[in-house]
Amino acid sequence: MAMKKHLAGGGMMRGRWIDRAWSGLIAGLMAFFLLNIGLMIAAVAVNSFGKRWLGTWLPEGWTLNWYAEAWKEFQLGSVLLVTAEVVGAVVLLAVLLGVPAAYTLARRDFPGKKLLMLLFLLPLMVPPITYGIPLATVLYKLHLGGTIYGVILANLIPALPFVILVMTPFIEQIDPNLESAARVFGASTGRVFRHVLVPLLAPGILAAALLVLVRTTALFELTFLTAGSDSQTLVVALYYAVFAAGVRATQSVDAMAMVYMVMTLVWLLIALRFVNPTQLVSRVREAPRGN
Amino acid sequence: MMAAPRFDRALLLVTPATLFMLLLFIYPFIYGLVLSFQPMEEAGWLANYQKFFSTANLWMTIGTTLKLALPATMVNVALALPMAFKMRGTSRIQKLVTMLLVIPVTLGTVLIAEGMLTYFGPRGWLSQTLQWLHLYEGPIRLTHNYWGVLISLVISGFPFVFLLMLSYITGIDPVLARAASTLGASPAAQFRHIYLPLLIPGIAMAFCLAFVQAFSVLPSAVLLGAPAGPTRVISIAAYEAAFEQYDYSMASAIAMIMGFVQLVVVAAVLSLRGLFYRGPVAGGKG
Repeated sequence: MAMKKHLAGGGMMRGRWIDRAWSGLIAGLMAFFLLNIGLMIAAVAVNSFGKRWLGTWLPEGWTLNWYAEAWKEFQLGSVLLVTAEVVGAVVLLAVLLGVPAAYTLARRDFPGKKLLMLLFLLPLMVPPITYGIPLATVLYKLHLGGTIYGVILANLIPALPFVILVMTPFIEQIDPNLESAARVFGASTGRVFRHVLVPLLAPGILAAALLVLVRTTALFELTFLTAGSDSQTLVVALYYAVFAAGVRATQSVDAMAMVYMVMTLVWLLIALRFVNPTQLVSRVREAPRGN
Repeated sequence: MMAAPRFDRALLLVTPATLFMLLLFIYPFIYGLVLSFQPMEEAGWLANYQKFFSTANLWMTIGTTLKLALPATMVNVALALPMAFKMRGTSRIQKLVTMLLVIPVTLGTVLIAEGMLTYFGPRGWLSQTLQWLHLYEGPIRLTHNYWGVLISLVISGFPFVFLLMLSYITGIDPVLARAASTLGASPAAQFRHIYLPLLIPGIAMAFCLAFVQAFSVLPSAVLLGAPAGPTRVISIAAYEAAFEQYDYSMASAIAMIMGFVQLVVVAAVLSLRGLFYRGPVAGGKG
């Protein structure tokens, strides 16, 4: 950016003009980006409802047949069931394992804590495909590869650290005196958790669960590397459908893409009611506050 | 006064999560590392690495991947920084734009690829519009080549970098900028002299994370690119070794090389920014 200090009055005027032009340019680029994304999504939607669409602005007629075809052809019913099972299990396990771990990391200081934080940060820094291949090798060796259990375990690897990193600041915000008070009256650790911490942490747990849900639904690589033909989630099934697009009608592939998009968007809208959009991607800023 | 003489039972709470990560993240990594030195054929322990660096369609993938990932990351950081700066307020329109930008992050690369095939394809709306405006005659070629993959990396990466930058920028106390504006600093001067110096570590971090994501590009390189030629990225080579030739040893070796290249770039960026080498940041190995 070419910005200069302006000392004289004339320079000041020119500076304002440059500022305004710059703002316009940024707004224009942003609008251009969003317009194209919007049109791209609209193109998929129109194609999925269109009868025949060859080189015109809009299809010749409208139909719902492609959805029925996609449902049959891609066995969407069972794919959706697998997706729900995988995502549900990942969210549940990530919260069950992650919240207690986040509690200890937020409240206690112990030797090796920095190393432990590093262990939980690494999977979020390393792209899934890099550790996915050795992981898939181990899972296939254990006869877990190609099964739904393998898929769940693989998806837990980025999900669990994510819950821990999202939850740690939430726990730090809770006054430790509340726990001490409960302990003074003789509550065990389990009871402190159930009656003091969990109710206070409910918004944080909800936020973490929703974020994991959205991210797991969209996570492609790990499922792709570990799933068999009957343990695919929707995003992997969509990949194979697009991959084999030559033999299938593009409209029914787009119908499947719409099913995926609607499902993701619904969860995203629900999630955005409870969380800040930046939480979906940024866990790095939170991390250093953990130690 | 926390240090109790007896064993702190709270440590038990972190044990299951730790064991899980050790078993499913650290162990496979070490297993893969060891496996990569045990080639399938009877050969020396470095045979996989020798094969990688002496076979053109293997070692070329490093350059191919870098040629896609580096420009995409640079474009994204260069675009996201001023845009996130503009969206740092909390007005309704700023919130709306931020929300809209979240959508491509969650849709993921597969859906973006399918959308691009429909929209950017030779009969798509974009091509039709360009012809209608007489800007470009003949079909445009933005799919099944290098540009298709690059565009898809920009689309899927930009919102990620944007949200990351936004969270760094909103983390800077606005009082600093207000103080500067009291003294007559224009928004540009505020950006230049207050935000930018404070954002340097954030920019470096965003660059690294976005690069690492772009580097592992698999679905878009296959679906939107020319996976046999110009967009044969390193993850395709690793995938083929593992699931088409069932040579897990070679596949692990490629995964290790991939992690190493990422590590080198991340370390270069961080040292360029004058940061200290920090463990979590440079952990692009796995």
